[in-house]
Amino acid sequence: MKSRVSSREWLLQTLFVGPALLVFVIIVALPFVLGLYYSLTDWNGVSNQVLWIGLGNYRELMGDEGFWDSFGFTVRFTIVAVVLTNLVGFVLALILTRYLKLRNLLRTIFFLPNVIGGLLLGFIWQFIFVKGFAALGNWTGLSFFELPWLGDATTSFWAVVIVSVWTGSGYLMIIYIASLMNVPADLHEAASIDGASSWQRLRNITIPMIMPAVTICLFLALSWSFKTFDVILSLTRGGPYNSTQSVALNIYTEAFQNNRLGLGTAKAIVFFIVVALITIIQVWLTKRQEVEA
Amino acid sequence: MAHRRYTSGMLILELCAVLLGLLFLIPFYFLIANSVKSFAEILLDSAAWPTKFVWSNYTRAWEIMKFPRAFGNSLFITVISNLGLTLISSLSAYRFVRHPSRFNNIIFTLFVAAMVIPFQSIMIPLMKVASWFHLLDSRMGLFVCYLGFGVSISVFLFHGFVKSIPVEIEESAVVDGCSPLGVFWKIVFPLLKPMTVTIIILNSLWIWNDFLLPSLLLGRAELRTIPLSTFSFFGQYTKQWDLALAALVMGITPIVVFFLTLQRHIIEGITAGSVKG
Repeated sequence: MKSRVSSREWLLQTLFVGPALLVFVIIVALPFVLGLYYSLTDWNGVSNQVLWIGLGNYRELMGDEGFWDSFGFTVRFTIVAVVLTNLVGFVLALILTRYLKLRNLLRTIFFLPNVIGGLLLGFIWQFIFVKGFAALGNWTGLSFFELPWLGDATTSFWAVVIVSVWTGSGYLMIIYIASLMNVPADLHEAASIDGASSWQRLRNITIPMIMPAVTICLFLALSWSFKTFDVILSLTRGGPYNSTQSVALNIYTEAFQNNRLGLGTAKAIVFFIVVALITIIQVWLTKRQEVEA
Repeated sequence: MAHRRYTSGMLILELCAVLLGLLFLIPFYFLIANSVKSFAEILLDSAAWPTKFVWSNYTRAWEIMKFPRAFGNSLFITVISNLGLTLISSLSAYRFVRHPSRFNNIIFTLFVAAMVIPFQSIMIPLMKVASWFHLLDSRMGLFVCYLGFGVSISVFLFHGFVKSIPVEIEESAVVDGCSPLGVFWKIVFPLLKPMTVTIIILNSLWIWNDFLLPSLLLGRAELRTIPLSTFSFFGQYTKQWDLALAALVMGITPIVVFFLTLQRHIIEGITAGSVKG
């Protein structure tokens, strides 16, 4: 009797958990473990012989200027994009939680870029930077539009930032709006009666009350920016002269264009460690805030 | 609120907000206006309204990028991946909550931990694994990959939701002689509906717009999804903006229509998903 019950349980366990576990093991766990192994080999994808070279790839990666340049770009881009996307998203949320007549329509408009995939957005903006800005320059005479957009390292950097802020701020706006709606109105009213200015109320009531949303939004933007790939691939292809190559794009190029799969995997592992650290810090900070709140 | 009156200050704020909204829409103006211009007119002045509408840009781009095929491929892979993901993740999340054995707890923790792994960190060895399991260059292969990459977050979101369902409802059904699978399918799964909607929306936006995974996995042109055919279109027709912009407008139309029709659900789903995720 007992064994019949347990074999029935086993069947149920397989039925309920089996499919999810199977695809997870094949598609995520196995490649992850293999990656750890391949990062210690000279695998190039062509020859069948895969040689164990220990930490050779990691040593080479340490001296790989292209990789560290891409890291530098990614960090600089991430800092700027995280700050600007959050600022714009927050200001939009502040405006659109007032009783404006068109606020629903405006929310839709600001969110819209977000549903379009990064690859297509990059192509759209490539046209705007190259042709659209030139035309706007002719119309307005503003030198801003006549800069060599996508032509040099600085303008390309800002081009990627502009597209990211345009895409991401609507998403963060939605989260900020949800959070702002939860700030009790009587807190504001009590403060106004006590003579607090609107700036003081923003600093001393609104911002402390929405700190959980700030944490979520900061790290959402952090995670998007750090992993940026599609938009850069279609907007600048990492150029000019690799100046806008993100880490993700560097790994991709190393593996699938240079065919150095072993080295590419080592870079991918380093990338994973950095992303994992960022996420752990995020979870830790969020948890800590929940206790305080 | 006491001061809900529409003051002149509010009018100024409203005007500023509308201006900002127009600023956000400018890229779409450039995209759409230039997609119906001749190539010469685009070069002449891309900011002007088209003097003559060249609809043939659309018919040509439609044929060159084989739009119906790309649309069909995108739709097919998005739908079947959603069906599969919803089914396998709700089943396992339910089991994890109701039978928290040590094994199940470990598996659930692994699923959650794996959410940290960026796709680029495992894409290289994934190609090797995909060739072992014959997942390359096939729709089914792509489907299996989406199941694998989507299962973590979907199980995580379902898990949180199942916990809020009182177990007493199920117990009475068991007494009435319902099988475990019957209990899940007839009682629990319908109760999961709000979370199912959230998960389907999040996964649809991801899978529909995904470029990197299908570009690595698929080789044959007839399997290409919309992002893939747009990419190869740009490879062949570099700087042919008249065709390229028409192709882009067609490429973004399905997802924009999807968003505008299901707007409320999408925005709610995203809020729920990101706050919990």
